[in-house]
Amino acid sequence: MKLISEKQHQLNSKKNNLKFSVTVTLKKDVLDPQGKVVQNTLKNLGMSNLKSVRQGKYFEIEIDNNDLAAATESVDKMCKKLLANMIIEDYKVNKI
Amino acid sequence: MNSSVIVFPGSNCDRDVAVALEKLQFKNQMVWHKETKLPKSDLIVIPGGFSYGDYLRSGAIAGKSLIVSEVIKAADSGRLVLGICNGFQVLTETGLLKGALLRNNNLKFINRDINIKVLNNNSKFSGNYKKNQILKMNIAHNEGNYFTNQEHLKELIDENLIAFKYCSKDGDVNEDSNPNGSLQNIAGIFNSKKNILGMMPHPERMIDNLISNTDGINLFTSLLK
Repeated sequence: MKLISEKQHQLNSKKNNLKFSVTVTLKKDVLDPQGKVVQNTLKNLGMSNLKSVRQGKYFEIEIDNNDLAAATESVDKMCKKLLANMIIEDYKVNKI
Repeated sequence: MNSSVIVFPGSNCDRDVAVALEKLQFKNQMVWHKETKLPKSDLIVIPGGFSYGDYLRSGAIAGKSLIVSEVIKAADSGRLVLGICNGFQVLTETGLLKGALLRNNNLKFINRDINIKVLNNNSKFSGNYKKNQILKMNIAHNEGNYFTNQEHLKELIDENLIAFKYCSKDGDVNEDSNPNGSLQNIAGIFNSKKNILGMMPHPERMIDNLISNTDGINLFTSLLK
């Protein structure tokens, strides 16, 4: 009995979770030396049609809430408060 | 004068700065990052090293720690705050100092002696230096490449808030004397009230001729005035 109810709980909690992806990248006018090194290496590997590479960070975030608007707002807040430094970085939030 | 040095997991210049402060007659206390109250202190030092593994961005996690929210309150009430190296990174992450410290433009950890020029000696931190005095100091960092937006850069220049710039041993401020790609060779800045100084070079390593030189002493003695 206990196992079944736990499974039920897991299913319910899964249903109540919303998942987002957050991508943080350096702003356009901020130099990205790591991206540059990756770009040069790719070029050396013969990828001659390469125009540019910018390196960033990727996060997957689950929110315990099934209200999309409220969940999106809280992810946005997380980005502004910690995940991105708004002086040098931009972020994008996507529902996944 | 009472001072406090904040200690994070990973701080490694905390004891060096404590030695410097005590040598120069400060009454110093070490404050662990989990503390929620600061002891009575005229000066708060956020030392160099690392904090919380420098996860996310250097200084980002430390900038949100419990003790740092107390440091912010103290700074807002006018108390003196000095951030050295990782401490400078923490101060920018809290917003107490504007701008950010990016990865060095050569992508290398730089540990060597460099020269800096005193741009503003009209502050509690730099009063014992002469204007344009050239100092030899040590830097040891991976993210020391100072960046800020044009609007803030203008404010730094117009209000004379740039404390130190990297220079050659003859005082030339140019690309050749810029070790890490910092905007305009900036090595240290004040906030607009000048009660907060953030700098990448390590003055606490320059307090004894036996191991280096004494160019860092005046920064601490300036505070005692």
